[in-house]
Amino acid sequence: MKSNNRNGLTRLIYNPTARSLFFQAVVLGGLLWFMLTIIGNVMTNLETRGISTGFGFLSQPAGFGISQTLIEYDETFSFGRTFIVGLLNTLLVSALGIVAATILGVFVGISRISPNWLLRKISMVYIEILRNIPLLLQIFFWYFVVLQALPRPRDSITFGEAVFINVRGVFVPKPMAETGFTFYAVLIVAAIIGVFVLGRWAKRRMIDTGQQFPVFWTSVGILIGTVVIGYFITGRPISLEYPELRGLNFRGGISLLPELLALWFALTIYTSTYIGEIVRSGIQSVAHGQTEACRALGLNEKQRMNLVILPQAMRVMIPPMTSQYLNLTKNSSLATAIGYPDLVSVFAGTTLNQTGQAIEIITMTMLVYLTISLSVSAFMNWFNKRVALVER
Amino acid sequence: MKKIATIVGAAMAVTAAAGVNASTLDSVKNRGALQCGVSDGLPGFSATDSAGRWQGLDADFCRAVAAAVLGDAEKVNFVSLTATERFTALQSGEIDVLSRNSTWTLTRDASLGLNFAGVNYYDGQGFLVSKDLGVDSALELDGASVCIQSGTTTELNLADYFRMNGMSYEPVLYDTSDQTTAGFEAGRCDILTSDQSQLSALRLQLSNPDAAVVLPEIISKEPLGPVVRQGDDVWFNIVKWTLFAKINAEEMGITSANADEMLSSDDPSVQRLLGSSGNMGELLRLENNWAYNIVKQVGNYGEVFERTVGTGSPLNIERGLNALWTNGGIQYAPPVR
Repeated sequence: MKSNNRNGLTRLIYNPTARSLFFQAVVLGGLLWFMLTIIGNVMTNLETRGISTGFGFLSQPAGFGISQTLIEYDETFSFGRTFIVGLLNTLLVSALGIVAATILGVFVGISRISPNWLLRKISMVYIEILRNIPLLLQIFFWYFVVLQALPRPRDSITFGEAVFINVRGVFVPKPMAETGFTFYAVLIVAAIIGVFVLGRWAKRRMIDTGQQFPVFWTSVGILIGTVVIGYFITGRPISLEYPELRGLNFRGGISLLPELLALWFALTIYTSTYIGEIVRSGIQSVAHGQTEACRALGLNEKQRMNLVILPQAMRVMIPPMTSQYLNLTKNSSLATAIGYPDLVSVFAGTTLNQTGQAIEIITMTMLVYLTISLSVSAFMNWFNKRVALVER
Repeated sequence: MKKIATIVGAAMAVTAAAGVNASTLDSVKNRGALQCGVSDGLPGFSATDSAGRWQGLDADFCRAVAAAVLGDAEKVNFVSLTATERFTALQSGEIDVLSRNSTWTLTRDASLGLNFAGVNYYDGQGFLVSKDLGVDSALELDGASVCIQSGTTTELNLADYFRMNGMSYEPVLYDTSDQTTAGFEAGRCDILTSDQSQLSALRLQLSNPDAAVVLPEIISKEPLGPVVRQGDDVWFNIVKWTLFAKINAEEMGITSANADEMLSSDDPSVQRLLGSSGNMGELLRLENNWAYNIVKQVGNYGEVFERTVGTGSPLNIERGLNALWTNGGIQYAPPVR
């Protein structure tokens, strides 16, 4: 019995799986103990120094104003609400930046290898200069040099008394829903669904019969037709609320803060230089033999790009693109330098200072950036899998 | 094995209860210099002059503490802090005393683990507007864009004031006072709000100071004073009585010029303050000539005030509330007895 027992133990010790499990458990336990002790120490020390702890502050009234809020907010709302307001502002500028930087970056990247000498050189200079200027300087440039040189509200630059540009931002008319709007919206949704169905039908027909159908231009025609004709059929269901100078400031309409514009421009331009290089290297990574093969098959330039080169280039481009998107999102926290009310400025700035609860607030803020980053990379990984080379 | 021992040792060092605090007084004496938190540049209170030397009411308070503790007003390391950084810097022990035009409020006193050691300057929040706006009163400011420095009581007072008067506003937040001024000058906002003393200072930094006026309204009480960490009462007493010593010295007529003669004064309260009799310094755990050092090297409260923000300075602010209680103000210090 006894020797049997020892045998079992010996076998366990020499079993590599059991051994590695044991050591992993030890390391994990040690790490947990380490973290718990640190947290415990922090709590005790804060307690003895009389510094408030906990998340109770989130339900206290905030008492300060925020210049741009995507959801309803005023001074009477809670500190918890300022967290959401700041978070949405961060997401807004990140999303705008990612879309614009991708479009601009793809354009710059393709221009980089264009046969047109002028275009090629311009985009090279663009990339080399803007990539090497620190982002913060570019933000300051757009904010303090460009946008703050605009005229005061009374002398705004105006386009047809509908759009106004001044040092306080850009003011555009705001569309307002009138009677009949629901019907109009339904029409547009129907048109969009129709375009999708058309696309699938055309693809199936091409696979079955080899005949092509001009999907793109037909879709554009359907969409524009629905938007324009539907507008008059449903009795003009959208009216515009024009911005108007009343008292000290413009009221009504939609206002785009100069802080948002400066941050958006700077993030877009800075990131687009990196995306441009990624696009260029992606395209160039596709072997030249592929191009020759396309020519041999008689594909035209557009087909060569869309059907052969880009699908292969995408595989190379997506992983570094992901990290550019993540960089852009994290760089948006530089907003605090020019007072754009993003998460760092509102929550880790004002709220932190009014409550003094640095540890809780910084932890929450870090968790938010972690969550955003993980979600973006999860999405990009999924997308990468879809376009990745399927080995046969 | 050695590696493992090192790692375990480091882990123990980090996790061992870090609550044991050396007293601030001892650490200042050992260091031989006071770590003093000041602003990121506010003329009259704490700003560097052309020679790179910190000048101002708050900077001189740092010097007074150094004079009392170390006997030398120059043994100060100034740490420049933004409004958002200041309290964390004090809590974490990066600085020994915060002397940065900070408003004394209940929340800050009760929830930050800090103690305000008195009031160095009685202030109130006001508005700076450009003249061509044609506004005479803050009540005409409905819909205005307001430039504010982030992380201050100013933000809260402003929100309260506009809401109580049924007016709307757009807050434009900046990190430093330089940026705030730049935003105001570019016309990003109609008004700049801050403590009135700061407004006078910021107005002077504008390229054309005459184009802007400070509105008469004062919308809040802003008692500004030095701050220390809670839980070190010896240090709290020293900082508190440094301020009282400056005010008492002014009341007794002791100045940096006559401090030496006053050492042989017949007045027993002057003798007690300057340490020529009694053991007041020892009670505070300082040298007995602590207050003499303050007055001799830095000056009494009135001297410093006139030199930094008062009529002897570009800011040209009247004493007003900050005059001694004997002259119609509210600066009043408990007796040295």
